[in-house]
Amino acid sequence: MNHDTTTAFAAEDLRVPNSARLLHGWFATGRATDLAEHLARYGPAPVGTARSTLADAVERAGLAGRGGGGFPTGRKLRTVAGRRGPAVVIANGMESEPASRKDETLLSLVPHLVLDGAVLAAAAAGANTVHLCVPRTRDEQAQRLALAVDERQHAGIDPVEVRVHMLPHHFVSSEETALVNWLNGGPARPRPTPPRPFEKGVGKRPTFVANVETLAHVALIARYGPDWFREAGSPQTPGTTLVTLSGAIASPGVYEVPMGSPVGQALAAAGGPTRRLSAVLAGGFFGSWLPVPLDPAAPARGAGVLVALPEDACGLAETAAALAYLGSQSARQCGPCRFGVPSVADDFAELAWGQPGPALTERLDRRLGLLPGRGACRHPDGAARLAASALQVFSDDVQRHVRYGPCSHARDPLVLAIPDARPPAEEEWR
Amino acid sequence: MKHEAELSIDFAACDGHGLCAELLPERIGLDEWGYPVLRDAAVPPALTDHARRAVAACPVLALRLTRTARRKARRAAPRR
Repeated sequence: MNHDTTTAFAAEDLRVPNSARLLHGWFATGRATDLAEHLARYGPAPVGTARSTLADAVERAGLAGRGGGGFPTGRKLRTVAGRRGPAVVIANGMESEPASRKDETLLSLVPHLVLDGAVLAAAAAGANTVHLCVPRTRDEQAQRLALAVDERQHAGIDPVEVRVHMLPHHFVSSEETALVNWLNGGPARPRPTPPRPFEKGVGKRPTFVANVETLAHVALIARYGPDWFREAGSPQTPGTTLVTLSGAIASPGVYEVPMGSPVGQALAAAGGPTRRLSAVLAGGFFGSWLPVPLDPAAPARGAGVLVALPEDACGLAETAAALAYLGSQSARQCGPCRFGVPSVADDFAELAWGQPGPALTERLDRRLGLLPGRGACRHPDGAARLAASALQVFSDDVQRHVRYGPCSHARDPLVLAIPDARPPAEEEWR
Repeated sequence: MKHEAELSIDFAACDGHGLCAELLPERIGLDEWGYPVLRDAAVPPALTDHARRAVAACPVLALRLTRTARRKARRAAPRR
């Protein structure tokens, strides 16, 4: 399925795949679901029973966060509910991962599943406010969501206040402490932890932050129960998950697959590779390169992103460009991130496009060791992971580039879509 | 009585003054940009006084010394 929601399909062309849960309505009708249709399909969200039973049901369902962290959602919900004083819920629709479109797609196609999940989580956590955070760069989407929220208020189906916010769309602005910091009137930059948002978040209140896809799953678990949820996926990784597939595959777009699907199987959902692949980027700019042939058992991890890299592309150039972007996106608060990530990016640029000497790989190894665990957030850790996986998976290319200079594909157009690598100005963080 | 303790660095606060590496070279070095590299977070009783001095010397209070994980875990048990 393509994430372009204007695509019209004739009803008879549509088959609803077995794995489609969140996207069931889209496959059934070929259009975004409005409130009337949502209520006709699912009925109202069972907010009355949420307070006592929802955290338990989500915990038994084994739902793990779909924003990339993978933390058990039920446990997080229970912890927030167990803390003193009224809580706050944040629905995180920021999706700053450049290769991901799943949250945008979900919010476009089934906004009311996400809103149901957020409102249910609020009822379960003892919160009276839901903050739905979306990127300022997607203002049309924000306006549609605000209309959807208004429609629900008029229908009187939400017992809590839901507010839609448009935040700066920088890579680290989707981090949960950045959302809390912005909602508290500060810049959308990550803050050191502890305190984590569940301890002290918006207005110093215990705050439940969840990715919008996670919340949509919560809305379905509240209706159909944990046993139903576990019918998809594996016992260790139950349920379905959205994944954005791009690169050298037949039909790039957003797909819903069983959680823990092997990478090859996930790619097959999009019609499979169109050319011979050398590697697959799993988890996006914060993920790792996986070598092809793929380990048949290796599940697709990370924030639901797979990019198929064809053999005639240069993995080092792709990685160098991604690292340059990550370097530009440092919040410039922590020295090792502010100086370390751009340094690693520069080293990679030299490796991909320059005349790297043998000392370069040694310096890169040393610098990569200095990034993990040395920031308020995990930005340096993610950049180091991407770089390290590239050095490993493309090790033959590294040797060739060091010996002979850039390969014949180093200057080709990139497979990865890299956003503008310009560091945000100070005022752009608010 | 002295306890085992653990060092941590708030990198958002740290400006790379480097005093910690001067005062506690047994545990802290500096990277090529002048920011501290924690070689080992654990501080045995023999080093506690030096560690406290390093913590006190940091102009931006970015270096912290906390008691061992075991004691911390008990204190931080979730409230119900």
